[in-house]
Amino acid sequence: KSPLQTIGEEQTQNPYTELLVLKAHHDIVRYLTGEKLLEFSGHTQKITAIITLPCLETCEEKNQLILTASADRTEWDCDTGRQVQKVSCFQSTVKCLAVLQRLDVWLSGGNDLCVWNRKLDLLCKTSHLFDTGISALIEIPKNCVVAAVGKELIIFRLVAPTEGSLGWDILEVKRLLDHQDNILSLLNVNDVSFVSGSHVGELIVWDTLGWTVQACERNFWDPSPQLDAQQEIKLCQKPNDVSIRHLTWDEENVFVAVGRGLYVYNLQMKRVIACQKTAHDSSVLHVVRLPNRQVISCSEDGSVRIWELREKQQLSVEPVPTGFFNMWGFGRVNKQASHPVKKQQENATSCSLELIGDLIGHSSSVEMFLYFEDHGLVTCSADHLIILWKNGERESGLRSLKLFQKLEENGDLYLSV
Amino acid sequence: MISAPDVVAFTKEDEYEEEPYNEPALPEEYSVPLFPFASQGANPWSKLSGAKFSRDFILISEFSEQVGPQPLLTIPNDTKVFGTFDLNYFSLRIMSVDYQASFVGHPPGSAYPKLNFVEDSKVVLGDSKEGAFAYVHHLTLYDLEARGFVRPFCMAYISADQHKIMQQFQELSAEFSKASECLKTGNRKAFAGELEKKLKDLDYTRTVLHTETEIQKKANDKGFYSSQAIEKANELASVEKSIIEHQDLLRQIRSYPHRKLRGSNLCPRESEHTQDPPSQAAATSDLEKSADTDHYACRPSYTPKLIKAKSTKCFDKKLKTLEELCDTEYFTQTLAQLRHVEHMFRGDLCYLLTSQIDRALLKQQHITSFLFEDLVEVGDRPAEKQESTVSKPHHYGPPSESPEDCLIPQVLISVGSYKSSVESVLIKMEQDLGDEASREAAVTESSSFDPQENLDYLEMDMKGSVSSGESIEVLGTEKPTSVLSKSESQSSLTVPLSPQVVRSKAVSHRTISGDSIEVLSTCPSEALIPDDFKASYPSAINEEESYGEGGQGAILFQAGISPPELGEAEEGNSGLASLQTDASCCIGREAGALLVPLSTPGHTVSDEDGVVSVPPQRYRQKDQGFRVDFSVENASPSRDNSCEGFPAYELDPSHLLTSRDGSKTSLDDHSDATSYGSSIASTSSDRTPSSVPPAGPSSERHKKRAGQNALKFIRQYPFAHPAIYSLLSGRTLVVLGEEEAMVRKLVTALSIFVPGYGRHGKPVKHWLSSPLHITDFQKWKLIGLQRVASPASASALHALSRYSRYTSILDLDRKTLRCPLYRGTLVPRLADHRTHIRRGSTYFLHVQSMLAQLSAKAFLYTFCHHLHLPAHGSEAPELASSRQASFLQLTLGLVHEDVKVVRYLAELLRLHYTQELRGTSQPALRFDYVPSFLYKI
Repeated sequence: KSPLQTIGEEQTQNPYTELLVLKAHHDIVRYLTGEKLLEFSGHTQKITAIITLPCLETCEEKNQLILTASADRTEWDCDTGRQVQKVSCFQSTVKCLAVLQRLDVWLSGGNDLCVWNRKLDLLCKTSHLFDTGISALIEIPKNCVVAAVGKELIIFRLVAPTEGSLGWDILEVKRLLDHQDNILSLLNVNDVSFVSGSHVGELIVWDTLGWTVQACERNFWDPSPQLDAQQEIKLCQKPNDVSIRHLTWDEENVFVAVGRGLYVYNLQMKRVIACQKTAHDSSVLHVVRLPNRQVISCSEDGSVRIWELREKQQLSVEPVPTGFFNMWGFGRVNKQASHPVKKQQENATSCSLELIGDLIGHSSSVEMFLYFEDHGLVTCSADHLIILWKNGERESGLRSLKLFQKLEENGDLYLSV
Repeated sequence: MISAPDVVAFTKEDEYEEEPYNEPALPEEYSVPLFPFASQGANPWSKLSGAKFSRDFILISEFSEQVGPQPLLTIPNDTKVFGTFDLNYFSLRIMSVDYQASFVGHPPGSAYPKLNFVEDSKVVLGDSKEGAFAYVHHLTLYDLEARGFVRPFCMAYISADQHKIMQQFQELSAEFSKASECLKTGNRKAFAGELEKKLKDLDYTRTVLHTETEIQKKANDKGFYSSQAIEKANELASVEKSIIEHQDLLRQIRSYPHRKLRGSNLCPRESEHTQDPPSQAAATSDLEKSADTDHYACRPSYTPKLIKAKSTKCFDKKLKTLEELCDTEYFTQTLAQLRHVEHMFRGDLCYLLTSQIDRALLKQQHITSFLFEDLVEVGDRPAEKQESTVSKPHHYGPPSESPEDCLIPQVLISVGSYKSSVESVLIKMEQDLGDEASREAAVTESSSFDPQENLDYLEMDMKGSVSSGESIEVLGTEKPTSVLSKSESQSSLTVPLSPQVVRSKAVSHRTISGDSIEVLSTCPSEALIPDDFKASYPSAINEEESYGEGGQGAILFQAGISPPELGEAEEGNSGLASLQTDASCCIGREAGALLVPLSTPGHTVSDEDGVVSVPPQRYRQKDQGFRVDFSVENASPSRDNSCEGFPAYELDPSHLLTSRDGSKTSLDDHSDATSYGSSIASTSSDRTPSSVPPAGPSSERHKKRAGQNALKFIRQYPFAHPAIYSLLSGRTLVVLGEEEAMVRKLVTALSIFVPGYGRHGKPVKHWLSSPLHITDFQKWKLIGLQRVASPASASALHALSRYSRYTSILDLDRKTLRCPLYRGTLVPRLADHRTHIRRGSTYFLHVQSMLAQLSAKAFLYTFCHHLHLPAHGSEAPELASSRQASFLQLTLGLVHEDVKVVRYLAELLRLHYTQELRGTSQPALRFDYVPSFLYKI
């Protein structure tokens, strides 16, 4: 078991030197969605299970609907600005939502899959119920959606009303059975592929059109297939350790939160190019890729960590980074783990994830966070708090500007120039 | 180096710090003998051995028409305070100085009795036999049953320190005027109520009489009236006349507020007072009348009774008490105000003055003062802003606080008061001149306001000044004589006032008895000066009884009004400016005149007046010095100047602790946590002075304690500097310890270094036993944390280590400190462990001044726009930041971590400035990712 990588108190690259604690919740803040400024939809619900914020841009009215589903029972809040509409004709808990913008409908997944229109009319629903319920739902081309139901990925096709048929219909098209355990995360990567991750650490890249497996990565807990799998499994007794909780992606890579670790999977090379096996003390819950090649992850251990994806220049000349890592308390196991990789696949991990900072503030698991280019980071946590992490220097400059603005307004500003 | 013992050691400190600094005892032969009177609780510089009371107090006396002058009550109401001081005698003294025959009755040419709204007079009076000096505030209250409807009262602030009375005259006057106004307002209400009752009685009586007469008429058809019937008819007529009279009185008393408040924009103090009682809803002076009317109308229904038409003025009748005279509500309020006054002027003059200067200066830095200054004072600021319009209670009467104060110094002494000091014969002779003088004074005073007002004043009744002349005559202290020629007194103007004179006075002790000092001042009648204005008008002149040759008391300064001046005055406003300067010239003249008496022999001693005794002449010289001294201070055209003059005293150690109660009371009683807030605190935000807020953190005792403990901390812990740096740079310092008292003590001590966020107090949590949370660091910058030897503490410690990047941790039990490195130069100056400062309060002041300096730097940094704004639109932000860095380093001379301190303070300033109106929110938690080090002893 590799010890946690730590970083000292000196974090020169960590820009977040200011934090503001928002204390409004009385329960776990689990989801944050936001647009533009600091708009928290999480504020409105106390017991939320799921919130999504689709921006439904219809031609006539550009009102935003916030669809929230809560776990306590089949209640739907439809938040149009201030208005709240409720739909509560569900038989089961709604676990996920998806919006098909082209068709101007949205879907809810629970034990069945329902299709709704903007006016909250139920258009149609699947004919049968799933015992396990739909855990994730994404849209793929050709009016299809992929629903993760247990170990299966089920592809449904929506049939929009045409001259011939009267109403909406939703048809099951195909079931993909390649996963060996429950699918926890599902992500559209680009037009041609989507990715699913399961509880036992399988990452499968699918072709959106043919619904076939493009690539499969099953051994996240061990990037070297050479090692004895049994031994590794022993090391990772807890199944949690390899479950893929969250996925995110950029043009080339998929960033995968696997258990406590963080992996970067290159879509082109179809392999893991960088990893941090124990990125956190506890399960990583959310991963976000920042524009500046940084990756931020948050975890059940209450911390948020900032990583930078760095290219290793030449893998042949290795010793320097090892020593460097040692300085920061990199464990032996890590080294051991990376050495075989090098042996086997010379340039397999051609990049490294380096910890450049951590944000400590929450006293309980950090459920989710949002990154705003101009405002920094917003984290929400099970400790009922939302914390805004800001760049202190920039904030200071802004305040200074504000000060002089106010001076000017008061007519007290005398420019000597 | 030989360590010099503190002087303190020999001055019987008021209260030793809990752990006096131990120093090796001096060999017997080197020690200075203790001050002989030390055992009596006096300090060696106390010059008031003559005083029979232990500290200043306020006395309210009445000139009872039945028993003569009598003391009514004292504040504080504690016999220990005035001790053996003869209140009866002193009441006699102060009441006999009364100034005016508050003439009520049937003035010639008036059909009905006329109420004269007499103005208060303010007099300074000294009695060296008693060792007492007093500011005496005379006022007249109306009582339907009293002779002439008036009852003279006076409130006196009695102190053993003449300088205190003199220097604080304006403040005293302002504060006492408030009390007086309060009494009078209540009294008017009560009086009007009385009148209404009386009218109802009269009405009822009339009805009864009328019926009786009718019955008699009917019963008697003989065509002639019996003597009985005639008597009844006469009685009826007299009742009717009485009704008319009383109605007229009622009209007069009700018309008062309006008349009075014409100049209400100057200082509508009255309206303020009317608002104060909860029963009054009237908010403005305009409403007052209606409010009054309502008030009277709302009185519980009164059952009229039959009365005799002739008003009885029998002497065996019990007169109303002061409380009855004024509405109870107002009476209580007045007492509260007086208590407030007593509190406010406690302590040594030196102390009062410095704190006034302090406050005045503080006001000028209102942008930064929230950082380190006491919040109560800072919090007061908005109130003061409004003062000119809403007339908040004038709490500490610092100089130049309000427009009225600014103007005062120009007219320090009214010419009228000169007149009054002139002995009786002269006054009689110059009755007219006296009027002129008063008028001139009025003009001078009001000149700065509205020329239009002047006319009003001039048109008003001059009676007051006439009576002032009369009252002097009553006094008759100084006897015929001393007709100083004007030219003489004027020539004396040129007499230079040397500091030596001032000093010589300072050393002189007033050990004399048998002499007394008469200080008279009368105000021109209310008619001349609106009392609101007058409240702070220094109409008194200190005329300590002059000890002229042969003890002839009456050395008199001619008022110095030369005919040309009068002419000018009458010319109108054009000559006002020159008059003002003349007024101050007069003072100089007066000062000079002090030396003159030597050359004016021929005064006769008059001992016939029991009240005023005549001073022995041998002390003449010194006492003159005394007087000169006073004159110098008062002659300065503004408070600021008088403050400038002050250092002369400071040089002289004997002035540091002059009055017997000295700074003791000011230090201890002010800060008595159970009973009083600090004097400042009690004044700050409360409109009603009666409510004394709980002791604020700003109390003297607190300061002293905190200073002392901080000093101890600095000496004891070699790592005090980084700890203080943490506080100054906004990094939360957690003081960890098992013992609550220890932790609290240290937290209190260190809190003097914590910059505040705003008005809501310093971000200090003295004692916390629950695990820390991230919000705590945002909220508090100094936390006392309990270390418990239980599993619960594990989580607390865990939290502490988890958040260690936001905190510095001072472990009291293990004597360790974990915090970032500090290499600056600022903190060593602030907290030098080799400092020679020994006393807590001194160290506190040292810290305050250093921090004030620091906040000035932060202010400069924050508000220099070229540092923060791009010079031109396309400038790279890096340039601005390099400018900032060089400014901090080169211009402000900050090195290393000191820069961070100033940056942090600047951050607070920005936040405070930009959010000032919205109220202060907690600033974001700012921190740096810097390594910490562990310091051990």
